[in-house]
Amino acid sequence: MKIIVCIKQVPATMKVEVDAESGTLKRIGQNAKTNPYDLYAIEAALRIREQVGGSVTALTMGPQQTEEMMRDAYMMGVDEAVVMSDPKFAGSDVLATSFTLFQGIRLLGGADLIICGKQTTDGDTAQIGPAIAEHMGIPHVAWVSNIERVTTDLISVIQKTGSFIQESEMKFPCLITVDKDIFVPRLPSYRLGLATANKNIRFISFKDLSDKNMTRYGLIGSPTKVEKMFQPESSDGQEYINGTSIEKADSIFELLKNQKII
Amino acid sequence: MNFIHFDVNKCILCRECIEKCPFNALCMGKNGIEVNDACRMCSVCVKVCSAEAISFEQKAGVVDKSEWNGILVYIEQDHGDIHPVAFELIGEAHRLAAIVGFDVYAVIVGADGTENNAEKLIAYGVKKVFVYEHKGFYGFKADCYTDAVSDCIAMLKPSVVLIGATSVGRSLSPRLSTRFHTGLTADCTKLLMSENTDLIQIRPAFGGNIMAQILVEDSRPQFATVRYKVMERAEKIENPVGEVVRCNVTDYLAQSRIKVCGIKSIHRKKMIEEEEILVVAGRGVKDEKGLNLVKGLAENLGGQLCFTRPMIESGLGDTAHQIGLSGRTVKPKLIITCGVSGAIQFSSCMNGSECIIAINNDPNSQIFNIAHYCIVDNLYEIVPRLLERIQTQKEA
Ligand SMILES: Cc1cc2nc3c(=O)[nH]c(=O)nc-3n(C[C@H](O)[C@H](O)[C@H](O)COP(=O)(O)OP(=O)(O)OC[C@H]3O[C@@H](n4cnc5c(N)ncnc54)[C@H](O)[C@@H]3O)c2cc1C
Ligand SMILES: Nc1ncnc2c1ncn2[C@@H]1O[C@H](COP(=O)(O)O)[C@@H](O)[C@H]1O
Repeated sequence: MKIIVCIKQVPATMKVEVDAESGTLKRIGQNAKTNPYDLYAIEAALRIREQVGGSVTALTMGPQQTEEMMRDAYMMGVDEAVVMSDPKFAGSDVLATSFTLFQGIRLLGGADLIICGKQTTDGDTAQIGPAIAEHMGIPHVAWVSNIERVTTDLISVIQKTGSFIQESEMKFPCLITVDKDIFVPRLPSYRLGLATANKNIRFISFKDLSDKNMTRYGLIGSPTKVEKMFQPESSDGQEYINGTSIEKADSIFELLKNQKII
Repeated sequence: MNFIHFDVNKCILCRECIEKCPFNALCMGKNGIEVNDACRMCSVCVKVCSAEAISFEQKAGVVDKSEWNGILVYIEQDHGDIHPVAFELIGEAHRLAAIVGFDVYAVIVGADGTENNAEKLIAYGVKKVFVYEHKGFYGFKADCYTDAVSDCIAMLKPSVVLIGATSVGRSLSPRLSTRFHTGLTADCTKLLMSENTDLIQIRPAFGGNIMAQILVEDSRPQFATVRYKVMERAEKIENPVGEVVRCNVTDYLAQSRIKVCGIKSIHRKKMIEEEEILVVAGRGVKDEKGLNLVKGLAENLGGQLCFTRPMIESGLGDTAHQIGLSGRTVKPKLIITCGVSGAIQFSSCMNGSECIIAINNDPNSQIFNIAHYCIVDNLYEIVPRLLERIQTQKEA
């Protein structure tokens, strides 16, 4: 059984500001970490491997500086770490990112099961997983909250759909995105860190991919264009309620009564 | 549409795809199978090809925008009922459509009862509701639902497709936008229409600290998902003239590689998105006593108690009761925040509420930038008194 887990490095802090004059982003803090939701994906992959055997490959598309994240992945227990990095991939939106990852997965010889996190904390779209599945022409279930059963040829999972929960079964190859809390992610192990310290991280660039049509990667391959960024506005029409604590509480009470809430 | 790719090395020329294509879009050409304009991208050929020689291949390219008109709303069904977000999307679609003279359409996919639900949409001024009803659509199966909606999109050629940003909608929409090689903007909080039919899509980015304005200039359709409770619900109109169009669903179209083994209802209270009254506990609620106070307030007002993220993280509930970017967006009639600082990740997901009352002892806390009624005070003083007054009123 071959499992590929897609993970992404995200900024450690989301504090950003727009420069009012130039309209460009001022990013505060350069620290990066593994997208927290992807730790659940790694954990799910490792548990499935423990149950049915096989290998787990961590795959990411991003800048070269993802080494630390991949070392952490090794320390959690993945068998192989692959980074797709190329200036040509820069500026990718959902379509281009998912296409690039699909090309990477293809280069790795495909997978029986692909696992993504539910969403990233910076992109926050939850779209990459299903988009990869569509590129590959395989079925997927998103936001899996429980894995009921897994054998060497199928997986059965629980997902919430509206006000119901649905149990679905898929044969491999397929893709799942896992919700937070599916399992508690294990911590990176010092012992595994020592054991994998010399393990290679494989780098893949544009020239390695079979589809070299430039119009499908990076900024050119991205149909969505961010036109501008701006600071959210704050609303007005406010009233401060004054007086002693008791008077203030009474004012709220009158307010609620006037609005026919009580 | 040249989206279908035949692998000539794999194709065994068995003609199965030509025979099974519901739209007669395939024929035997000089260099193997060829596809014509009748193709609806329903993927029946992909499913019937035993040699796995057919796949979808999206090609970038500038489309002729004038060929893509109207707004299509995807109507989600929550196991028999229309999901209320659908009515909000219709409302928003009407507003956008009016700017450029578009019509509003709807598409609904599901098992028994789907056509009945489709009838209910006509009253909201939808021109046509396309129905894909088949027992194979029981439950939610991302793959064949994508096939059905693709079939509708390829036939109608809408400029814009709106989908609810629910767990189902967010699973379906990326597959659709990928199949049509176009853009998708998730979780839009505001939509505007330009004269040239480009949809201006605004959504929070970087955890809500910044708003991003996004365009899809060269591709169609333009896909956007919108959360429940963000847009204004559509009103019923007088003398609606729309029609329900039952689309042909072959067994192949409804065929899926996802097997639904069971569906259980989660025995539950209302979701916080559905509540008209909410009381929120932030970190200013420090102990059991405070928790009982705010809980009592929520109960006495007939609403629900929910939380900020740090409170959920400390074990007070699940994310279904968390307001904010990584929780839920709410838009109740009344929301009372107790000991909430009002960080943007929180407030951007509740600032559409009709009436916001904020109780916080720090006059500089951000919550006062968005509250309609500001109470700078200790919640342990305010809430007990308020509770007392409400309870005496009830007894009277
Ligand atoms: C990507 C990202 C996503 C996030 N998503 C969410 C989300 O979905 N939801 C969310 O809530 N947060 C979210 N956050 C966190 C958010 O930034 C804030 O940290 C959080 O909302 C603060 O919660 P709080 O107001 O309960 O706590 P605090 O910020 O600690 O505020 C407590 C407030 O209580 C007041 N107080 C203390 N004692 C009293 C008293 N006795 N009486 C009255 N007032 C008192 C204090 O003055 C203070 O203002 C997210 C952050 C990021 C980066
Ligand atoms: N650049 C990337 N490299 C690898 N995996 C990614 C990347 N971007 C997104 N993913 C995966 O897709 C999931 C959803 O991401 P998003 O659509 O950005 O919210 C993440 O949890 C990851 O598993």
